[in-house]
Amino acid sequence: MAVLEVKNIRKSFDGEEVLKGIDFSMEKGEVLAIIGSSGSGKTTLLRCLNFLVTPDKGQIFVNDDCIFGAADIHTLSEKQIRERRLHFGLVFQSFNLFPQYNVLRNVTLAEELQIKDAYKAKKMTKDEMKGALAKVTAHAEGLLSQVGLLEKKNAYPCELSGGQQQRVAIARALALNPDILCFDEPTSALDPALTGEVLRVIRGLKSSERTMIVVTHEMEFARRVADKVMFMADGVIEELGEPEQIFTNPKSEKLKAFLANAAEGL
Amino acid sequence: MSFYDVTRQLMDGFLATMMIFFVVLLGALPLGLVITFGSMSKIKPLRWLTRTFVWIIRGTPLMLQIILVFYGPGLIFGAKALPRMTAVLVAFIVNYAAYFSEIYRGGIESIPAGQYEAGQVLGMTKRQIFFKVVLFQVIKRIMPSMGNEVITLVKDTSLARVIAVTELVKAAEDIVGLKGIIWPIFYIGAFYLLVSGALTLLFNWIEKKMDYYKG
Repeated sequence: MAVLEVKNIRKSFDGEEVLKGIDFSMEKGEVLAIIGSSGSGKTTLLRCLNFLVTPDKGQIFVNDDCIFGAADIHTLSEKQIRERRLHFGLVFQSFNLFPQYNVLRNVTLAEELQIKDAYKAKKMTKDEMKGALAKVTAHAEGLLSQVGLLEKKNAYPCELSGGQQQRVAIARALALNPDILCFDEPTSALDPALTGEVLRVIRGLKSSERTMIVVTHEMEFARRVADKVMFMADGVIEELGEPEQIFTNPKSEKLKAFLANAAEGL
Repeated sequence: MSFYDVTRQLMDGFLATMMIFFVVLLGALPLGLVITFGSMSKIKPLRWLTRTFVWIIRGTPLMLQIILVFYGPGLIFGAKALPRMTAVLVAFIVNYAAYFSEIYRGGIESIPAGQYEAGQVLGMTKRQIFFKVVLFQVIKRIMPSMGNEVITLVKDTSLARVIAVTELVKAAEDIVGLKGIIWPIFYIGAFYLLVSGALTLLFNWIEKKMDYYKG
């Protein structure tokens, strides 16, 4: 059963079509790398999945439930959209940690607020709330140790390196246990020396059977870690296949040119 | 008149000055936020209306506004005038709320979109994002401008005497007029300096407290 199915997603900004009908599906535990030059629509696609951009057309299914349909999106309440977008997690290029909270609180904040709201709405007793909060903290500490930053739990984002900040951002996204975790060029804002630690964490998640979509410029990473690689150009999926096939036997002219360019860059 | 007597007589004016100062802050700080929401609203007419209002308030002298609030209702509607102090407080609160609202707006707009988006993808509500993520960062960023504005307020309170409210300056003028001595009018400078000095220390302390993080 496909965990994710994307059907005919289209999006225009100011009359210019950025996504021209995107179709693909993913199996549970699969890692999809999306490559392509700037302006090809990669980031917009991720933002559509996370409800940060509303597609003009198309549908998105998660576990066979239609969570997005361009036709009925305007009938959904804010609450429904919030619940649906939680199928996805997103790690940003620029981390976007909350600077005023320490590392642990960055990871726990969203769930903590949910629990406190439930308590205020009298859906749980004070003891239940305390128990739930303790569980959230324990879970967050587990995630922080998974990304190797448990000893930094009381530090503030400004005291961390870019690589460490991004690892916290990954833990924060994992805290809500999304079905599909998306990464938007997670290492592009990093010093080359710091990309390794972030990529290692992402690779570690692969072994824990997490479904992931990674928009990346790291070709080696895409080749070694992804189960499938999608090459986007001008708002369409130009080529989609196994990494070996994409990198050693590209069919489309655009992909050949892109790979040649990327190789030159190295 | 001895120094002691003058000081005692000025005290009444000083208390009025301080009362105006605190009540105006209490009213204008929250009212400013309401005006900010209006001027940032997605509803165009509301935004337009609020911004015009802010333009008028910031575009005319506070002294004129005080006079208008005090005499206006009587002249236009034949209504009974407000008590003098009430008129002063109303005019000041509206005026300072308009200035605060623009400081708030600048602060809110300076927060990167990524902060809102991070909250959104974590399933937070708009309220939660504003109050738990954005607001504190805004407060930190606007502290220096707010300090400026609050210190200006201390001195602006002297405008209340335009409708014969006895605040510090008027209290001194009364002594000067009655006793024919000039020095009390200069002496009140020390009162203002004392208050603005205390406020400077307070704001420095707050800024330092909030300096535990960068960004």
